[in-house]
Amino acid sequence: MAKQNVGLRRRLVNWFMTGMAAVFSLIVLMPLFAIFIYLIYKGIGSIDLNFLTKLPQPVGEKGGGMANAIVGSGVILGIASAWGIPLGIGAGIYLAEFGTGKYAQLVRFTADVLNGVPSIVIGIAVYSLIVLRQGHFSALSGGVALGIMMVPTVARTTEEMLLMVPSNVREAALGLGIPQWRSTLSISVRTAASGIITGVMLAFARVAGETAPLMFTALGNDYWNSDPRQPTAALPLQIFNYAKSPYDEWHRQAWAAALVLIVLIFMAVTAVRIVAGRGQMRHSA
Amino acid sequence: MTATAENPAPRAPRRIVEIKVGPRPPERPDGERGARPRLVARRRRLPERSGWLSLVTETGFRWAMLGCSLAILGILVLFFEQLWVHSRLSLHKFGFAFFTGSDWDPIRGEFGALPFIYGTLVSSFLALVLAVPLAVGVAIFVTELCPRWLRTAISFTVELLAAIPSVIYGLWAFLVLCPLLRKYLQPWLAKSLGWTGLFSGPPFGIGMLAAGIVLAIMIIPIISSITREVLVAVPQHQREAVYALGATRWEMIRMAVLRNARVGILGAIILGLGRALGETMAVTMVIGNTPQISKSLFAPGYTMAAVIANEFSEATSDLHLSALVEIGLVLLLVTAAVNICARLLMWSITRDTPRSHG
Repeated sequence: MAKQNVGLRRRLVNWFMTGMAAVFSLIVLMPLFAIFIYLIYKGIGSIDLNFLTKLPQPVGEKGGGMANAIVGSGVILGIASAWGIPLGIGAGIYLAEFGTGKYAQLVRFTADVLNGVPSIVIGIAVYSLIVLRQGHFSALSGGVALGIMMVPTVARTTEEMLLMVPSNVREAALGLGIPQWRSTLSISVRTAASGIITGVMLAFARVAGETAPLMFTALGNDYWNSDPRQPTAALPLQIFNYAKSPYDEWHRQAWAAALVLIVLIFMAVTAVRIVAGRGQMRHSA
Repeated sequence: MTATAENPAPRAPRRIVEIKVGPRPPERPDGERGARPRLVARRRRLPERSGWLSLVTETGFRWAMLGCSLAILGILVLFFEQLWVHSRLSLHKFGFAFFTGSDWDPIRGEFGALPFIYGTLVSSFLALVLAVPLAVGVAIFVTELCPRWLRTAISFTVELLAAIPSVIYGLWAFLVLCPLLRKYLQPWLAKSLGWTGLFSGPPFGIGMLAAGIVLAIMIIPIISSITREVLVAVPQHQREAVYALGATRWEMIRMAVLRNARVGILGAIILGLGRALGETMAVTMVIGNTPQISKSLFAPGYTMAAVIANEFSEATSDLHLSALVEIGLVLLLVTAAVNICARLLMWSITRDTPRSHG
């Protein structure tokens, strides 16, 4: 009799706890859907040609857009990618191909710590390193800040991907008398290319939406600016400034900008993956 | 004339780098190619390397890669140095009192960081309280319970949550979540749990509670994806052994899976904490930005990251700027310490458990 009861209790606990795990999963997925539905619902009505081609308008005037912020984000991200990605890949290659011993372990550790540094702190550090010395805010310093955020992620994924390349491939290359730098670049890196590109894209997507490091570096700008040494607008900054404002019109534009930002990030990621995928097929065929 | 891919003897001193299989079509004596398909072997050759040139490229490459890895160390050291130098003014003036003073008055030149430290700790702790059960629940559901087809769908969707920029979380929380909190959740909490003192005062929507909820949403993907990896790494025979003793599924999860994975889950939680401590934009938008210490979670607060975001570009006095940089320095030290703890934990378990590779 007692045995029966224990069995029942155990079964009830089992049902309850496994049920809770399922319910928790549902709860976790809810905000994601809520955010996406809201983004599309609020954003899609606000995106028109004006939004994509015009400059911001003063409060109270209808219309206006964020063309300068879209271009500015592109410029800043371009600068960040131009130095952050090669540096990260280089560090990853070092860790995977030459990295043994205490020094490599220290680099791995530092990369992980750097990865966890709050983005706002990166903003202050780059401000005092570059903006203070140059005397003005600039797209360049924004690019440096975002690039710093890319380096550890790119380095660690590159290392992981290179370590997955079987070592007999490397040995075969070296056995043919190919110098190590050539074997690393043409064989190891090429074999791991699709994984490395995925890692790079993840880093890019993460950095593309960053606001905090840009607040004291790129600063933002309401007008066109083609000089990377001057303050430059960026989409995340614009979203932040518009969302904080008390105006409905600006809130509407913030939603639109958020939708554009997400779509641009997704487009960049898919485009690169498609191109990379094709490259991969060509090389392996 | 007989030089084919199989027989490169006449040019033997050159080193072949890449051979694509396929014989080279023999040229006819009259020089015509004929109609046969051009299946040409492409041979790429390196020029004969002289000793010193190869030595230069080899060491050059090595040094370049070493330089890249040194840059990572350099960046972090430079960060510390910069923050240290620029916060010296405030460090000298206030000393340890900086962390215990609760006055933050740029006009009188009084700077005490206690309200910000309090706000950061409380909002992060609240986020952990909300996020840990949910994240671990998702991880358990995905690894142990759900059918295979649902598995990738759920983990992909949860990881999408991690790809949403912080500022968009903030936008959504500020314009959608906060009004909902004010209208529904906060009145209900005040009525049912108001006696605890945690849920008293006027419901603004924005405040510590909103910040905690947004932070929880943002750190769930990190905690759950690392926890999932740790759960998958628990050896299958552990599960089978517990089942063989007649355990129900939940008992199996509790005894075999969670017990084996507890250190890893702790590591995941600490990593999530590190993220929550430094999160800026979303928190700045919903926490209310008022430097005060209040027991009620409905009250607006302020965090260390948020005060930097709001005041750094508008600070006029050197002391104010230096105080903000000092907060940044503290944030850097704390997050670095938290991340080091998490890494050490994760490394200790990957070294201990026999984990089949791949």
